[in-house]
Amino acid sequence: MSKYTESLMVMLGREPQKPEKISAAAQQIHELKRVEKIDWVAHKEHARAHRNQGQPWRNRRWAFLIVVNLLFTLSFWLDIQILEGALTASRLLGFHLIDFNSALQVMLAHKHIIINLVIGTGTVVVLWFVFGGRTFCSWICPYHFVAEFAEKLHMHLVDKKLVTDHTFHRGVRTLLWFLFAALAWFTGYTVFETISPTGILSRALIYGPGLALAWVALLLAFEIFYSRRGWCRYVCPIGLTYGFVGVFSPVRVKYDLNRCFHEGDCRKVCEVPHVLEIVKKGRASDVILDTGADCTRCGACVDVCPSGALKFDVQGLSKLM
Amino acid sequence: MNSENKPPLQPIHPASTKKRLEERRRFLRSAILAAAALGIPLLGFTPMARGWAPLLRPPGALDEHDFLSSCIKCGQCVQVCPVQAIELGDIGHGFGIGVPYIDSRKQACDFSCDAVQCILACPTGALSYIKPLFLPVRKGAAVISPPILLAKEKDAEPTLNLKERTGLAVLVRPDACLARQGKGFKGAARGNDFKGRMRFTEVDRWKPIPLKDHPFDVPLCDLCVRTCPIKGAISLQEEVGKDGVKRMTPTVHEPCVGCGVCEMVCPPEPAAIVIEARKTWENVPS
Repeated sequence: MSKYTESLMVMLGREPQKPEKISAAAQQIHELKRVEKIDWVAHKEHARAHRNQGQPWRNRRWAFLIVVNLLFTLSFWLDIQILEGALTASRLLGFHLIDFNSALQVMLAHKHIIINLVIGTGTVVVLWFVFGGRTFCSWICPYHFVAEFAEKLHMHLVDKKLVTDHTFHRGVRTLLWFLFAALAWFTGYTVFETISPTGILSRALIYGPGLALAWVALLLAFEIFYSRRGWCRYVCPIGLTYGFVGVFSPVRVKYDLNRCFHEGDCRKVCEVPHVLEIVKKGRASDVILDTGADCTRCGACVDVCPSGALKFDVQGLSKLM
Repeated sequence: MNSENKPPLQPIHPASTKKRLEERRRFLRSAILAAAALGIPLLGFTPMARGWAPLLRPPGALDEHDFLSSCIKCGQCVQVCPVQAIELGDIGHGFGIGVPYIDSRKQACDFSCDAVQCILACPTGALSYIKPLFLPVRKGAAVISPPILLAKEKDAEPTLNLKERTGLAVLVRPDACLARQGKGFKGAARGNDFKGRMRFTEVDRWKPIPLKDHPFDVPLCDLCVRTCPIKGAISLQEEVGKDGVKRMTPTVHEPCVGCGVCEMVCPPEPAAIVIEARKTWENVPS
C-alpha cells in the first residue's frame, strides 16, 4: 500500500497498522537503538540539552490566525476592504476566496454553479493544496483557536481526575461527511452550515454576536467535560474536506527516525495522534517519514519534541535549499 | 441437577472482557454522536415546519428555497450596502442562519447604491440579476418592465436591472393611515431617535442621510409616495368608502418591487403600510 493510500485510510478512520515492510536502513536504526539503558539515557539527555525552548510554532500560528480573523473584522468595521466577507466566502483585495466545504454544500444543495464560485473555490483548493490541506484548521479556523483553550481546561480536569476523555470511532467523521453531503443534495438546504461553529464564529467576529454562539459554547462544554477535541476529531466535515485537499501537499511535518527517542511527548499534544503512530518504537517503516493527510500542521509536535525528530518540511524545496 | 454435567467454566480474562466492553461502549457512543450531529442541524427545518412568515430578502434574491440553498452565508452583501439595510439570520432562523434579510421598518433598502451592490457582491448567485434558466419565475413575481429608479431617471440607463420583485407594499392598517384620516404631517417621519437613513437626491445624490435630519411639512401626509424610490410604484388615490366618505388612499401599483422605504417612513406606529415579502402582483395580464 502506498503511503498516500495508507494516510488516506487512516484519515477516514482506520486504525494505523504495523508496517508490512521496514526498509533496511530503518531496520538498522531500530536494531542500533537496542542499546544498554544507561547509554540510551545518556544519548537522550544529550539531545534534550540541545532542544528548542518555548513554543515558537504555536506563537507563529496564533499570530497568523488572529491577524487573519482580525483582517476580516477590520475590513468591515474600518471599511479598509482588504478581506471582505466571512470565512465561508470572501474577497481578498477583490479576488474571490470561497471555503471548499461551504462551496460543496452550496453546489450540492443548489445544483447550479456560477463562475465566481468556481474561481473562488479553485483558488482556495490550490492554496491549501500547497500549504497542506488541514493547515486551514489550525492556522485559520477560529473554532480551532477557542477549542485549544477548551482542550487545556479539559486536560487540567483530567489531571485532577474530575473528568475522563471519551473517545469515539474516527470513522464517524467520514460517515457524517457523506451524510451531510447527501442531506444537502436531497433537502436542498446547506444543512451542515446551520451548526458549523467555524461559520458561526467567523460571522460573529465580523457582524456581531448572536444567539448561535450558545451552540458554540455547548460544543466547547462537550469538549471540556466529555471528549477531548471532540468536534474537530470526530465530527467536523470541514477538516475532512481540507484533509482530502492535503493528501499530496508538499508542506508537511517530517519525522526523522534517527533523532527520535520514542518518548511519546508528541502524541500527547497532538490533535490527531493517529498520524504519529509512526513514532512508536519499531513502527517506522523508513528513516524519513511524513505525518500524513490528517495532520493539521499545527506544529505542536515540532515544538514539544525534545530531540528535533519532528520538523516542518516542504517537499522538494528543502532539498533544493 | 448434577453440577458435573455443566460445561467447564470458561477461564475469565478480566482484561479482555473489559476491553470488549469498552469497545462496545465506544461503538454505542459513536452511534449516538453520529445521530446527534445529524439530528441537531435538521432542527433547521423548524421555522419552515412552523410556517413562519417569509423574511424580506435583499433585491435579486432567488425564490426562498433556492435562496437558502445557494446562499453561502458570508455576508458580503451586508458589507457593501451603503445604508446597512441587510442583516444576517441567527440560529432561530434555522437553515436561514447567516442568510441576509431586511427589516424594512428598521432600515429599508432605498437603492441609494444605484447599482444594487449586494447583487454584485454575491459570490454564489443567490442574489442575481439573471436567474439561471432552470429556475422558474413565479407568476406575478416578475416585473412587467425594468423598474425605473427616480434618482437616476435622467441617466442614460434609468432602470434597476431587476427582473423580479422581492415583495409588495400593502396598506395593512388603512385606519392608521394619516392620509386616509385627512391629516397632514410635520416633523421627522419617525421621530428624532430613529436611526434609519436614506438618500434624498435633492440633498446629496451619493450620500444617504439620517431620516431624522430630513423633516417633512405636508398638509396631507404622502410620505410613502414622496419617498418611494421607484417610478410609478405608489400614488394617493381618492377612494370612496362604504360610508360614502372620500378618502385619499396610498395605492400600490405594479412597478412596486418591495424595497420597503414606505414602511420605514410611515409615521404611525405600527406602520400603516408594510412590505409583504414574496407577495406577487395578482392582476397579471397573461
